[in-house]
Amino acid sequence: MSEVYDTLASKFEDSSWTVSHSQTVVSVPAEGWFAFAEAAKEAGFELLSDVTAVDWMRQREKRFQVVANLVSMSLRLRLRVVTYVDRDEPSVASLCPLWPGAAFAEREVFDMFGVVFEGHPDLTRILMPDEWEGHPLRKDFGVGSVPVQFKASNQVN
Amino acid sequence: MNDSRNLETESVDIWIAGTEEPQFQPTDEGDQEILETESDLRMDTQMGRVVEDDYVFDDETDEDERMIVNMGPQHPSTHGVLRLQLELEGEIVRRSKPIIGYLHTGMEKTAEQLTFGQGPMNVTRMDYLAPLHGELAYSLAVERLLDVEVPPRAEAIRILMTELNRVSSHLVALATNGMDIGALSMMIYGFRERESILDFFEKTTGLRMNHNFIRPGGVAVDLHPGWKDDVAAILDDLPKRLAEYDDLLQANPIWLARTKGVGVITKEEALAYSITGPPLRAAGVEWDLRKAFPYSGIEKYEFDVPVGETGDVYDRYRIKVDEIHESLKIVSQVMDAMPKGDYRVPDRKITPPPRGRIDESMEALIHHFKLFTEGFKVPAGETYVAVESPRGELGCYLVSDGGATPYRMHTRAPSFYNLQALPIAMADSLMADTVATVASMDPVMGDVDR
Amino acid sequence: MATTAPGNLLMTTVGKAASWARTRSMFPATFGLACCAIEMMASGSAHYDLARFGMEVFRASPRQADLMIVAGRVSQKMAPVLRQVYDQMPDPKWVISMGACASSGGMFNNYALVQGVDQIVPVDIYVPGCPPGPQSLMHGILTLHDKIMSGEIAQ
Repeated sequence: MSEVYDTLASKFEDSSWTVSHSQTVVSVPAEGWFAFAEAAKEAGFELLSDVTAVDWMRQREKRFQVVANLVSMSLRLRLRVVTYVDRDEPSVASLCPLWPGAAFAEREVFDMFGVVFEGHPDLTRILMPDEWEGHPLRKDFGVGSVPVQFKASNQVN
Repeated sequence: MNDSRNLETESVDIWIAGTEEPQFQPTDEGDQEILETESDLRMDTQMGRVVEDDYVFDDETDEDERMIVNMGPQHPSTHGVLRLQLELEGEIVRRSKPIIGYLHTGMEKTAEQLTFGQGPMNVTRMDYLAPLHGELAYSLAVERLLDVEVPPRAEAIRILMTELNRVSSHLVALATNGMDIGALSMMIYGFRERESILDFFEKTTGLRMNHNFIRPGGVAVDLHPGWKDDVAAILDDLPKRLAEYDDLLQANPIWLARTKGVGVITKEEALAYSITGPPLRAAGVEWDLRKAFPYSGIEKYEFDVPVGETGDVYDRYRIKVDEIHESLKIVSQVMDAMPKGDYRVPDRKITPPPRGRIDESMEALIHHFKLFTEGFKVPAGETYVAVESPRGELGCYLVSDGGATPYRMHTRAPSFYNLQALPIAMADSLMADTVATVASMDPVMGDVDR
Repeated sequence: MATTAPGNLLMTTVGKAASWARTRSMFPATFGLACCAIEMMASGSAHYDLARFGMEVFRASPRQADLMIVAGRVSQKMAPVLRQVYDQMPDPKWVISMGACASSGGMFNNYALVQGVDQIVPVDIYVPGCPPGPQSLMHGILTLHDKIMSGEIAQ
């Protein structure tokens, strides 16, 4: 059932489509994020499965990749929509008007990566304490491990 | 102003659960017959069929009359460290806000430090009631990036273990659900049954919980000799015990009054809030990843997907009981049709050699050493694999940059999304219904906070 | 009533009777956080029965509890809550740190967890395991009972 993919591809000229391990992935520019998601929802992708992000620290020019996994229950298809945002003040439109269930996921991405979602009803920290500084899942945020001293070893880490 | 709770249930005959006849029989002293009793207002009020309507329902209440109360994070009924901020107006919950993060463990960051072979040990502790499902999602994602196919015996063992895990997770859900609503015996029953399944897990994987059994490439060890007898004993025993639960709950008027019409999530709300699993199926949507996007050879087995109608607490409870029966069906089919062969991919670059070989062959020793210190490298790429865990769609989004550790591992946690519907389900309902609703959504905070 | 005896002084008969009463009816406070909480519930259930030690009543309110079994990983956000619950418990109180994550941070040596709950509350018994089975937990509880009976832990 690749017609739905073709319809969406023809509607959005600046999207680039790939197939990664038998899953369809479409990359859209950050400005077209909301419009593409809206079109996908109308085309049959009723369920938003997940919103997450990846921090490509130095490997890419645009640092953060925001990923949304969509599921179409009527067509039994999956679609992964990705976009890339800049390193300074990363921001992208929020999907909350389309799927209220994206609220928690976008808050988590904001908490962990610092990506701002415009139009989000309540963009605050969700997993870390409110006064935490820093965004833990960024690559330049250390793991925060405590050196463990083993009695058997002679040296202290 | 939507009433999410229908306060007038139809009258229910009083009889002792388990017996056929109503308790009261007409006597044969002449022409006496039991007259149709007029509804006793006191009895109806006590039974909850009629609620004295002195609650203030209209919207023009004074803001001062509302009180914000904190429930949790340390609370016996919130299923872990969930904090609910409730805005109460008398006994009615107007608005609520779940606040999470009290169990955040940084597992996604830890996953970037562990090798792909050590990954299951991390992922298994996310949804700690369905650990094998987490390991399965992760292993399937790694195998997809590696482009390997596991042997059929490994697939069958995986299905056997995950379906038994579904049974044990639903038993905990029923136990805590019952205990929260007041049926304290359910707690004892549920955990008693779970012990027999955990015994089997301990014999097979070595641990009662957090097994680290399903690894990329297959499973860790083969099933122990005599496993068929153990599984047959479980299959024999469990349906009788489930009948005990039905005796206790199915026709119990207290249970019905507290669960029917309570915590309703409609189909549109469920789709809007990305809810999957039993709450979605209770709302009437037939969506199960085992049927829609089958994994690990589950399409070979015959089973039904129970679907509810109204999306209330009762439907979610009923679906869990039915799903236990369906999973036992799958387990018995797997038991009969277990293929012989390897329990993991024979590729020595991915799976360690058998322990006996290490003494004999230098190459085996080197492989073992490299796999457990450095780990195997996975080609660059990204993928998303989802399995149907007892709580919903448990997915693993894995990005590799060609190294021995994941570049990014994200778990799509079902409870994380299911919790978002709590404010909707609990709006304008009574405080007591809050507990029932939270219990029926079955959140596991390890999954939510990761 | 010579109950809180400092150091190694032997306890008097009244003290011994008080310790006996304390150990035989310890009420745990529910502080189940993660996977260890499930094992704690399992140890309170029918198969591994905590009720035979008088402990099946898990008090929800810390004001009525005397034993806090920290079962599970303690995150940065939860740490103040843990301290507050501990402070709300009346004396004499004891703490069992159940599991690897509560004892030392476990396998999660990262930014999000408190590396060992003894950084926040004083711990009497550490029960290792991930998660410790009900038998391990009960061994820990019985060790605590022995320690209280013998006067090693005075309070």
